Amino acid sequence: MRYAMVIDTLKCVGCSDCVVACQTENDVPIGYCRDWITETVDGTYPNIVLELKSERCNHCDNAPCVRCCPTGASHIVDGGIVLVTPNECIGCGACIQSCPYDARYQHPEGYVDKCTFCHHRLEKGQLPACVSVCPTKCMYFGDLDNPNSEVSKLLKNRKWKTLAPEAGTKPNVYYLI
Amino acid sequence: MVTSRRKFIKISALGLGGIATASSAFQMFGTNSYLDTIAKQDIANKFKRSATYCEVCFWKCAAWAFSDEEGKIKKIIGNDEDPHCYGRLCPRGTGGVGMYADEDRLKTPLIRTTVDGEETFREASWDEALDLIATKFKHIKDAYGAESFALLKHGSPGSHLEHLFKAYGSETIAEPAYAQCRGPREAGFNLTFGSWVGSPEPTDIRDTKCLVLIGSHIGENMHNTQVQEMSDAIDNNATIITVDPRFSTAASKSNHWLAIKPATDIALMLAWMHVLIEEDLYDKEYIAKYATGFNELKDHVLNFTPEWAYGITTIKPEAIRKTARAMAHAAPSVIIHPGRHVTWYGDDTQRARAMAILNALLGSWGRRGGFYFKEKISVPKFPHPKYPQPKWDWTDIGEQYPLAEMGITTEVMKRAIPSKDNKYPVKALMVAGTNITKSIPNKKLLEQAMDALDFIVVLDTMPMDVTGYADVVLPECTYLERYDGIRSSPNREPSIAVRVPALKPKYDSKPGWWVAKQIGERLGLGDYFNYNDFEEVIEWQLSKMGTSLEEMKKIGVKKFPRKSGPLYLVEGEKHEFSTPSGKIELYSKELKSLGFDPLPVFTKHPEPPQGFYRLNYGRSPMHTFSRTANNPNLNDLKSENNLWVNPKVARIIGLKTGQSVWLRNQDKITSTFSIKVRVTERIRWDSVYMVHGFGHNNKKLTRAFGKGINDTEMISNVAIDPIMGGTGMRGNFVEILTEDPHKNTEI
Amino acid sequence: MQEELFTSGRNIPHIDPSLEIWHWPISVYLFLGGLAAGLLLFAGLVTILGKEKEYPTPVKYASIITPIALSLGLLALVYDLTHPLYTWQLYTTIRLESPMSWGAWVLLVTTPLSYLWVFSYFSEIFPKRNLKFNFLKNFEKFLKKNRKNMAYALIPLSIILGVYTGVLLSAFNARPLWNNAILGPLFLASGLSTGAATIILLSKTAKEKYLFSKIDLALIIIELGLIVHMIMGMYAGSQVQLDAMNLLIGGEFTLMFFGFVIILGLIVPGILELLEIKGYKVPVAIPAILILIGGLIFRFVIVEAGQLTRYLY
Ligand SMILES: Nc1nc2c(c(=O)[nH]1)N[C@H]1C(S)=C(S)[C@@H](COP(=O)(O)OP(=O)(O)OC[C@H]3O[C@@H](n4cnc5c(=O)[nH]c(N)nc54)[C@H](O)[C@@H]3O)O[C@H]1N2
Ligand SMILES: Nc1nc2c(c(=O)[nH]1)N[C@H]1C(S)=C(S)[C@@H](COP(=O)(O)OP(=O)(O)OC[C@H]3O[C@@H](n4cnc5c(=O)[nH]c(N)nc54)[C@H](O)[C@@H]3O)O[C@H]1N2
Ligand code: SF4
Ligand code: SF4
Ligand code: SF4
Ligand code: SF4
Ligand code: SF4
Ligand SMILES: [Mo]
Repeated sequence: MRYAMVIDTLKCVGCSDCVVACQTENDVPIGYCRDWITETVDGTYPNIVLELKSERCNHCDNAPCVRCCPTGASHIVDGGIVLVTPNECIGCGACIQSCPYDARYQHPEGYVDKCTFCHHRLEKGQLPACVSVCPTKCMYFGDLDNPNSEVSKLLKNRKWKTLAPEAGTKPNVYYLI
Repeated sequence: MVTSRRKFIKISALGLGGIATASSAFQMFGTNSYLDTIAKQDIANKFKRSATYCEVCFWKCAAWAFSDEEGKIKKIIGNDEDPHCYGRLCPRGTGGVGMYADEDRLKTPLIRTTVDGEETFREASWDEALDLIATKFKHIKDAYGAESFALLKHGSPGSHLEHLFKAYGSETIAEPAYAQCRGPREAGFNLTFGSWVGSPEPTDIRDTKCLVLIGSHIGENMHNTQVQEMSDAIDNNATIITVDPRFSTAASKSNHWLAIKPATDIALMLAWMHVLIEEDLYDKEYIAKYATGFNELKDHVLNFTPEWAYGITTIKPEAIRKTARAMAHAAPSVIIHPGRHVTWYGDDTQRARAMAILNALLGSWGRRGGFYFKEKISVPKFPHPKYPQPKWDWTDIGEQYPLAEMGITTEVMKRAIPSKDNKYPVKALMVAGTNITKSIPNKKLLEQAMDALDFIVVLDTMPMDVTGYADVVLPECTYLERYDGIRSSPNREPSIAVRVPALKPKYDSKPGWWVAKQIGERLGLGDYFNYNDFEEVIEWQLSKMGTSLEEMKKIGVKKFPRKSGPLYLVEGEKHEFSTPSGKIELYSKELKSLGFDPLPVFTKHPEPPQGFYRLNYGRSPMHTFSRTANNPNLNDLKSENNLWVNPKVARIIGLKTGQSVWLRNQDKITSTFSIKVRVTERIRWDSVYMVHGFGHNNKKLTRAFGKGINDTEMISNVAIDPIMGGTGMRGNFVEILTEDPHKNTEI
Repeated sequence: MQEELFTSGRNIPHIDPSLEIWHWPISVYLFLGGLAAGLLLFAGLVTILGKEKEYPTPVKYASIITPIALSLGLLALVYDLTHPLYTWQLYTTIRLESPMSWGAWVLLVTTPLSYLWVFSYFSEIFPKRNLKFNFLKNFEKFLKKNRKNMAYALIPLSIILGVYTGVLLSAFNARPLWNNAILGPLFLASGLSTGAATIILLSKTAKEKYLFSKIDLALIIIELGLIVHMIMGMYAGSQVQLDAMNLLIGGEFTLMFFGFVIILGLIVPGILELLEIKGYKVPVAIPAILILIGGLIFRFVIVEAGQLTRYLY
């Protein structure tokens, strides 16, 4: 099993619902976030291209954050989800330095935190909070090992990209373009 | 450990397996704090779940509020059954938790007093505040008549107070959602189709083949189902055409973006009509069957060629033709969206008429993928004595605007300014759920009026700017802490939703219904409030509707079968429109008889003089007007507005992204605060753009105070729509000041 | 015009607008680690070559610095942790892929060893003080006998330690400035050089000073070579690496890097040492101090500037 998130940039309106939903679902303190929205504008009026994207930890196959963690607090669980165990984390920041996406932050309580793919919801058969609220339904979540899953099909039929592939991390968040 | 495997294999529909190994790994570490968090999340299931509908804007999405025992709202999730949200709230609804949590909320009643010559507020008990208000109500009635006590309201508290005011004898009532918002389109569509557009708009976006957005910036305007269905439309490969001088989010999702010169939309629409008629693309059968005035229309648009419109709108004739053909190709599954905030240039009813006429030519009204016939279920009135008949009311105040169908806020305020020929003097004002100093333009008028008023009472949840003008401020609890009226809105299928308090009111705040009842009882109007708790009213109403509060608490939303007939026009069946002629009125005799243009005409509007830029404004998806600026969750997403400036302009003035600037408008009004520049190609070189609702001036709003500029402050030139009294706000021009104009003055 | 911005959600303390996760204690930690590595290596080498009598400073006097440097370094590291109460978690696992992990383990072995080393010289360093307890005396004797063995252990350990101070940074793919193969050797060379400088500072004999000046000069030349190599390599690299290099070459760190690290920290002391070797009278403390300061600033510059470099945004 290989969990992946697929986000359709052609539909995302950058509303940030995914950001608030994550904050309320996961008790992310105000002033911090596990996901965020970027906006890219290219061209000259009136020939402009705009891309809005919801970004978060990419749950990389080749996760430098896990490799560099001295305690094993950062680890990969089944399905390829990269997690941090707060009580094993010493707050050394190595994983933060290692992440090309700046997807991790220091929780005010000291440990490092980041997107969990809402692991606790998956266990209950629910979709990640951000996916479940997105008003444009532009986020998809599922198993890439299953060729019949929605995410597999989308990646087969649509053009997509991942972020900073040159960093060599093999991300599992895909952007339809 | 193995047993947990089964538990985890649930998302089969998604092709997900389990995370069994993961969980067993967790269980190996007994005191793993990740486990703790999971355990905590499991309690999430044991959070109390209360049915509500959202009050962060007026889409009224039904939702579930989850609260814990410590008195916290943990999260708010859309109700899956609700046709307003399909289980997904917008960011503001999700961030509604912050409305409750905001520690800057109004906490107790406040009464204006003078200490050492300085006016200030002192805390008061509810009894004292309510007694004082009741005295004022009595005094106004005795001295001037109940009609002189006006109510400006918006949202749920409005209905409770409306009841109070009507019982008291005043229907001097208005709300900004009319003359500052939807008024012109309701008038324009009513004149044409004999029906308001209403809210939610009966636009069949999910099934449309072509969606035309004229200055309607869905995606930034987060009216929930519209956003969701626009996304469906994208999935369905519908053609999206956006007409907007700014590269809106919707424009970026569109197949055609027409970067129109501001204030020229009517010219574009006349040219579209011209093409549809000249190229024989319009729905002849539909027009013949349902419409009148086609020949007049045809003659009218004869000369409005795309070439003519090009000179006005700067949109290339080929683009005009191409888009007209695209609409016709999709017809009748096409929507010329009526927009919502449409008080722009003063000829707004006419612009709405042009939209309505285009819809008629394309045959989209009453067609799948166009406009469906909405239906709602009426909620029985809780019994109360008849309301007294006021001697005059909002209609008399707005008599100058023959087609105004609701109170006009600015006209009500004008009546507060004493003058000899003021037949309808307004002496006291109650404001509930509307931040009028931000939502109503023309600050000078407002301040003059508020100066002249004998008494102002404001019911709000937050120490918003408007509370600063009050004699008495009443703290309402938030929508998460109270009962309110049953939501029944027109939709494809009638439905109702209830609002049940998730938690007890925080601080010393009270629900609006309680305030209305308390004042009413003090005025001897107890018969109108024949219940101890509003819960009883809802219970009674629900039982009459064949359900119960108990059931509704469990389901939140209930749908009812349609009774008014099919969703769309039925082939071969007659249909009577509620216009005087019973037909779609392309040519409006009614307008003609009132001395207005029976067919829309293009009028040229002023353009920014040298050195000035047109002030354009709109919505941020993360905020609702001014009400959310201080919301901790939403403020965290966006804490201030920015001034969008085209790079060309930035070069001329020497502006950089992030730089703070001030604005001064054509009437020499200078912004109180500064705003940070965003240099972007998304805006034209003749305009600047900002999100409405920032620049708060009350220090008690600790997060929002002084952040960004209040666009309303810059809107002193108001173009009144002569047909319905709307306040056109888009004809204001600003200079950009790089030096602090207040450097030598104290604010 | 191209525009890239965060619409929402990003204003996280210490992360936005640029990383500030590692502060001065990390630079100090890397500096002290390098210094200790240098000192230990020289102490070990001198011991194995049996030249303790000729070169007493590295084995005796300078080695007092080592445990202090290592302990302060560790303190600095723990001081910069944000969840320090869980520091023990470092020693519940060995994670070979994590430089931080093997750094922690190397320190765990090296630090006590460096204390033992000093203890083995206790009587020689402090001839006037007597050890009070017999078992301590016996222990000192035991250590003294095993000095050579300790030295054999110290040589690889000190090299690992020295390399580690650089690899800790260079292992981060995500920070283009750090992510190059040169940083490890460069930090090792720099650490050895600061070690040599310390020995020069503490040494009382001209012979010692002469030898370590020569060693130091060689290290300086190696360092300069590595720096040039690194810059060329980055210039030949991708855009992000170019941007990273520009921070040092034509950006906010240029003065610090060229002025303090390269000129004052390497070239000037190099010339002074060369003069010294050629027999001119130079107060040797000056180049030594310059090297130490330069080494510290070098780590500051690399740690700070590296955190500004990134792939995205
Ligand atoms: N310049 C400018 N003016 C505009 C607009 C614009 O875009 N630009 N938009 C116009 C439009 S479309 C509209 S609809 C109007 C909207 O105008 P308003 O409805 O006045 O909008 P808000 O600024 O959100 O003010 C709402 C007030 O209600 C309070 N409030 C919120 N919840 C509650 C509650 O539960 N109970 C009570 N008692 N009070 C509550 C808030 O604290 C706030 O003071 O503004 C119009 N005015
Ligand atoms: N997030 C969020 N969503 C909201 C609200 C909110 O406060 N926050 N408020 C709700 C309410 S009450 C309303 S009324 C609606 C309002 O939402 P809309 O009806 O969509 O908004 P408007 O303010 O009319 O439109 C703003 C757009 O008009 C463009 N525009 C400006 N001048 C012109 C012009 O001359 N011609 C054309 N064609 N376009 C022009 C602007 O560039 C901008 O993109 O939003 C609703 N949805
Ligand atoms: S909720 Fe959906 S549409 Fe909104 S920003 Fe997130 S991904 Fe985009
Ligand atoms: S995105 Fe960053 S934090 Fe997430 S797995 Fe990849 S490297 Fe690690
Ligand atoms: S901060 Fe925590 S999770 Fe990150 S590398 Fe250090 S110990 Fe591991
Ligand atoms: S998957 Fe969960 S944790 Fe990750 S961003 Fe979405 S809501 Fe947050
Ligand atoms: S659209 Fe958003 S803010 Fe408005 S009622 Fe629905 S959830 Fe609330
Ligand atoms: Mo509105």
